[in-house]
Amino acid sequence: MSLLRFFRRKRSDAAVIQEIELHLAQETEDNIALGMNREEARRHAHLKFGSPRRVREEVWQQNSLALFEDIWRDLRYAISSLAKTPGFTIVAVLIMALGIGANTALFTIVRSVLLKPLPFNDPDRLVQLYEKSPGGARPYNYVAPGMYAAWKKQAPSVEQMAIYGTDSINLSGDGGQLPEKIRYAECSWNLFSMLGVQPALGRFFLQSEDRSDANGAVVLTHSLWIRRYGGSAAIVGKTILLDARPYTVIGVLPAWFNYPDTRTQLWAPIYHEKGPEQMQVVDNHNFFVVARLRPGATMAQALSEVDTAEKRVHMDHPTPFTGIAANARTLLDGLVHDSKAQLYVLLAATGCVLLIACLNVANLLVARSASRRKETAIRAALGGSRWRLLREQMTESVTLAIAGGALGLPLAWLGAHWLAQSRADLARAEAVHMDDIAILFGLGVIAVSGVIAGLIPAMSFMRGPLLEPLQESSRTNSAGRGRTRLRKLLLVAEVALTVVLLTSAGLLLKSYQHLRSSDLGCATHNILTMNFSLPEVRYGTSEKVASFYEKLLPQLRAVPGVDAAGIVTALPGHGYGGDSRFSIPEHPTPGNGAVQDALVRGADPGYFKSLQIPLVRGRFFEDRERLANARSVIVSESFAREYFPNENPVGKHLRTRDIRGVPPEGFEIVGVVGNTLWSLTESESPTLYFPLASGGWPAASIAVRSERDPSNLALPIQRVLAQLDPDLPVSDVLTMEQSIGKSTLDASFTSLLVLTFAVVALLLAAVGLYGVLSYLVTQRTSEIGIRIALGAQRGEVLRLMLLDGLSPAWVGLGLGLLAGGFVVRLIREMLYGVQPLDWSVFAAVALMLIAVATMACAIPAWRASRLDPMRALRTE
Amino acid sequence: MAAKNGEMLQGTLDMLVLRTLIMGDAHGHTIAKVIESTSEDVLEVEQGSLYPALHRLEDRGWVSSYWGASENNRKAKYYRLTAAGRKQLTVETGRWRQMARAIGLILGEAE
Repeated sequence: MSLLRFFRRKRSDAAVIQEIELHLAQETEDNIALGMNREEARRHAHLKFGSPRRVREEVWQQNSLALFEDIWRDLRYAISSLAKTPGFTIVAVLIMALGIGANTALFTIVRSVLLKPLPFNDPDRLVQLYEKSPGGARPYNYVAPGMYAAWKKQAPSVEQMAIYGTDSINLSGDGGQLPEKIRYAECSWNLFSMLGVQPALGRFFLQSEDRSDANGAVVLTHSLWIRRYGGSAAIVGKTILLDARPYTVIGVLPAWFNYPDTRTQLWAPIYHEKGPEQMQVVDNHNFFVVARLRPGATMAQALSEVDTAEKRVHMDHPTPFTGIAANARTLLDGLVHDSKAQLYVLLAATGCVLLIACLNVANLLVARSASRRKETAIRAALGGSRWRLLREQMTESVTLAIAGGALGLPLAWLGAHWLAQSRADLARAEAVHMDDIAILFGLGVIAVSGVIAGLIPAMSFMRGPLLEPLQESSRTNSAGRGRTRLRKLLLVAEVALTVVLLTSAGLLLKSYQHLRSSDLGCATHNILTMNFSLPEVRYGTSEKVASFYEKLLPQLRAVPGVDAAGIVTALPGHGYGGDSRFSIPEHPTPGNGAVQDALVRGADPGYFKSLQIPLVRGRFFEDRERLANARSVIVSESFAREYFPNENPVGKHLRTRDIRGVPPEGFEIVGVVGNTLWSLTESESPTLYFPLASGGWPAASIAVRSERDPSNLALPIQRVLAQLDPDLPVSDVLTMEQSIGKSTLDASFTSLLVLTFAVVALLLAAVGLYGVLSYLVTQRTSEIGIRIALGAQRGEVLRLMLLDGLSPAWVGLGLGLLAGGFVVRLIREMLYGVQPLDWSVFAAVALMLIAVATMACAIPAWRASRLDPMRALRTE
Repeated sequence: MAAKNGEMLQGTLDMLVLRTLIMGDAHGHTIAKVIESTSEDVLEVEQGSLYPALHRLEDRGWVSSYWGASENNRKAKYYRLTAAGRKQLTVETGRWRQMARAIGLILGEAE
């Protein structure tokens, strides 16, 4: 065996030396016997033998080359036999390329996003702490600032704890730059040192800057520094205006720092941004808390400590909104949890596709080896070993896998980049690149798929008698039954995997369609939206805020092309937007501490009409309801149904402490309007609308409706705003369809990818079915010929062959549906408005599979029924 | 057989070695002596080239080897013809006879 020889060259060399010595000694003795003296005899022996060194070298070389020669011979044999069937080879290579490429691409993404450690110092000790929302709806809820303060004092296993939150802020225009609204983060002064980040320029916050009476200080992200300040080092020490207040730039973050996301542009100290009383609130959940564990401490210890602290705080402030339990997970988990399920589902789907691809190639190879059975048997009879046959089979499949990989790895590279780019919202998408581990994974996939595809067909000749085909008479009709069984088993597995993929894809697709069609409760077509927020420095009073809106609205409605315009603090589908507790003076206070809580929005009188939210009862707001006269409230239908089940809410009152200037008798309910959703994926919540002109709502969204495509209204409207306030930045200028599309993007993306994989799997299964039945028909040609000759009806033959070919499809379908029933439970959290065991999806999958399988089997079966019996009997 | 000259010669040596071993197991020196003497000293191979040939034949499974004692009680590597080697010898011999006859016909020596 050449491999053995290759590694035994040394030992073999020693043996050669011994042989040569013996030879020379014998020759010398022979010569002495012929009458030479010893010296002459030796010389003659050497002369006759030639150079012993050359002999040794030649044997050594033979032993070394044999390995490569063997490999080369196998490879040449494999390539020439593959080249003889170019159709098979191309299909097999493409199948392999697809499977290998998709898997490597997904692995690259999963590794970059989920598995690579964060670039922070000692990231294993970093954890993220949460509150559990009362009632448990959100196990990983935001943290109230007062709770953070309490945790910080009572967690000995935590070395450092830091808090941060994100918000948007107006960055004023300077040096010829336009003002812009940017996303910024506010953090406790120790966040950066806790993470272990060094500034690229300047320094980070001092504890003395993290107070409400300190001067403003900001740290820029690298991208903002480059984009807005040209990467100039002179920016450190300069003053910039945020919400019209001065801040000194003290430092710049390194370029790799894009925590918690890439949109965050600058950082400010949180205790400077929020007033001291705001930072003591224990029931307003708004922030993220990260902590570094002490060396040796566990996350469970830290969690139990903060949980105890949380319960203590709850005892002191027993409001329904104070959290009662804490929660924790690693910082990495906290960052990527949203994409985790999706990525693993995709990885599983590509894994299935690869497995199906391997099974299919194996299936094709079984068919090929079947057609070479006699050749194999003859070679075995002539002394060819099983090992040798196995090696040839493996060389063939590995060659296919390598060719597939050569095509698949570049595909994977493209795929990974495309995925990362089209999913910029993916946490850590910027970290995606194919590194050596991913390439190693790809090579591993190539090797494994080559071996799987080769071993399965090899099983048939590694077992059982090799010479049997030679003893089979040409009329034997049971030929190759074992192989047929193997191929059918492979097909059952293929079909079952395909069914699992198809059901998952079907459910995801149905869930996506649900999302698309779910009704926001308002007009969404031809609507343009944009956001702005009036800085407190220049709009400090209610009067100023209200008069800005009152000047803006008529100008908006006067823009040519605008049919209707409205302003609201949070548009449907644009997020939670804030809530408030309330009481109803006409009703008794609800016992047992039940919470009365509803979403709150400020809306202008024309808002409902312009977004076509229907008025169910009462009236809309009126222009006179401004400032102190703003004493009315409009409620949503769901609110009316929940809190005024059997009475007319109009004329009743609401008291709430969170809305500015509550009249003593409470706000009077003047109208009931249709329900709207605050998020496409969340259930509807009762909503309260207050008059925008009360002056208490400095941040708002504009929505204008038009007959035509509203995109070209963006500039004229921004011009209107700029005339009113040249320093006021607007953000998120998007059509309604675009902005709600963002929340459906994830769903569409994942479901489309899984669907693509499922379709590929279905095609592969169809090819497999077709191949097996064609093979069966060829195998049984003479049998069918006899049947027809003896009077079997052609319809009968067609039915017989179809049943035979479809049996693996039926069995596979049954197994697949069964397995699918379990698998879909795993993707339950990705489904919206669809039950995992949705019978219509399962039924559709079953129907589609049977249809495709029947089509794949119909052609060979039909061909069998058309056989000319005379010719069929003469085939052998 | 459209073989190149060198290959044919190599094949010839292999055939002669196999033929020699039909008479019984032998070590390298004996094989060389037998080839020399039975061909009436016409085929005087360079004795060294015998050993790469023996190793090659062993790799192909046509001969096997074992260590034994030589005539003068030295440790020697003995070669033995295998079943596959016997078969190979028949094939080679047949082929060689055919060729020799063909060459003879061409040279007009077939009186």
